[in-house]
Amino acid sequence: MSLTLEQVKRIAHLARIETSDAEALSTQGHLNGIFQLIEQMQAVDTAGIEPMAHAQDLAQRLRDDAVSEADRRAAYQAVAPETEAGLYLVPKVIE
Amino acid sequence: MNQWEVVIGIETHAQLATVSKIFSGASTAFGAEPNTQACAVDLALPGVLPVLNRKAVDCAIRFGLAIGADVAPKSVFARKNYFYPDLPKGYQISQMDLPVVVGGSLTLQVGSGDKAYEKVVRLTRAHLEEDAGKSLHEDFHGKSGIDLNRAGTPLLEIVSEPDMRSSDEAVAYAKVLHGLVRWIGICDGNMQEGSFRCDANVSVRPKGQVEFGTRREIKNLNSFRFLKEAIDFEVQWQINEIEEGRKIQQATVLFDPDSGETRMMRSKEDAHDYRYFPDPDLLPLVIGAEWVARVKGELPELPGQKRERFMTGLGLSAYDAGTLTASQEIAAYFEATVAVAGANNAKPCANWVMVDLAARLNKEGKEIAEAPVSAPQLGGLIQRIADNTISNNIAKKVFEALWNGEGATADEVIDKQGLKQITDSGAIEALVDEVLAANAANVAEFKAGKEKAFNALVGQVMKAAKGKANPQQVNDLLKQKLAG
Repeated sequence: MSLTLEQVKRIAHLARIETSDAEALSTQGHLNGIFQLIEQMQAVDTAGIEPMAHAQDLAQRLRDDAVSEADRRAAYQAVAPETEAGLYLVPKVIE
Repeated sequence: MNQWEVVIGIETHAQLATVSKIFSGASTAFGAEPNTQACAVDLALPGVLPVLNRKAVDCAIRFGLAIGADVAPKSVFARKNYFYPDLPKGYQISQMDLPVVVGGSLTLQVGSGDKAYEKVVRLTRAHLEEDAGKSLHEDFHGKSGIDLNRAGTPLLEIVSEPDMRSSDEAVAYAKVLHGLVRWIGICDGNMQEGSFRCDANVSVRPKGQVEFGTRREIKNLNSFRFLKEAIDFEVQWQINEIEEGRKIQQATVLFDPDSGETRMMRSKEDAHDYRYFPDPDLLPLVIGAEWVARVKGELPELPGQKRERFMTGLGLSAYDAGTLTASQEIAAYFEATVAVAGANNAKPCANWVMVDLAARLNKEGKEIAEAPVSAPQLGGLIQRIADNTISNNIAKKVFEALWNGEGATADEVIDKQGLKQITDSGAIEALVDEVLAANAANVAEFKAGKEKAFNALVGQVMKAAKGKANPQQVNDLLKQKLAG
């Protein structure tokens, strides 16, 4: 499998990464190199092996349902570009 | 007309009843000052890691067991990637390929009276995920304000199969689901606060066609009324489009309660490439058989089971049994009433709870838990109707007195206010004779064939008895005398 230039541009758009044609072209080369590696790996016979969702074969640890975080709004908002009335302000978004 | 079939599937987001968030220790309490309950994990500051809340998993297991679904021994969290300012990480942690709950079904009663029918709606899945924050678009000098208190709140997204065929079925489904999540204590069901919100996937197809039509998804319906209105509008809109020769485009729409219309929010083509992949920050969620068994042991009797028992054990109709199992509170009140009045009085108990008590509560905007008349008091009252101490009419007076705190028990009120029914046939006969003598005109009318005159005479006797004469005895005696 390999990606077309068109697909590379679409992925960049979905990730909100601005790419020039030259960058898209070189990225296409890098990505397709990775796909070749994957193709090599796919030659390994994995019949009967359960797919893993994580590289480590462990189960998720859980925490008890208790509030452990105090309000630190002032500290967090001190590093925010703009705030008002306790809200973070961002460029206007309307669907 | 009528050649179109409506197909509806519903996705519901139920906010789980935890005190802390699904992946952080920040509070989930409603109504706090903006961003005072958004911690480093919720804000997606660098270097933070999510740690899963055990109670949220517990809620998912409870739900799975309550709908007869499979609880997955192993489920996986995935990242759903999209960009929006109220989603600081740039992805929502959700579940995709391996959700925690698979399958199950809900049984609904649709309609009432002669047209009532039962319907089984299959569920596809239910999965755990986190909620996003809230965007406020009022004018902040041309900017939007972001409150991340809600970010990371645990949700159970419950997905039905496209099994519903009308807005009435959709509403019945939403109501049963709403009742169930409250019943098993996993969600407070508060729709105004957004704890329970529905998305409806709606399509139409010519009757008899096997393939589904193209669907549009109506987002974020937070009341049963809006759910019905939005679907009804959407169905009519889609039918008009098709009949005028246009094709339906798959899209997400919003319902505007003011205009009663749905309008397009975004076309699905570009926006819905979420590029899901397993979240490397979270290991698979493993739920052992002993955990499931423990939760099963903690489950209360479910509404469906209780309903069945009310029908077979107490002889109630499907409608009554359904109404009385709409919530744990109503069911508990009814059962406590029957415990006093006796199982053979289950039907009058049902009527009193569903009609008289409900109307009185409604009038004062009270919940059943706040009813001034307790279940044992009502049970005692119903006993006195059953043993003919008082008539139904007088019982309403006693109920009112109990409501106003004019006595601790029905017996006390009956005694104090002298409401005991007159059943001594000699005493009633005397009253009947008096009335017949004083109302010769009515008697003559009745004998001339006017049925109404009989009722007038009954009324006169009851009036003379101050409402306390046993109505059946009055009827019988009057008939006897008039025939004689």
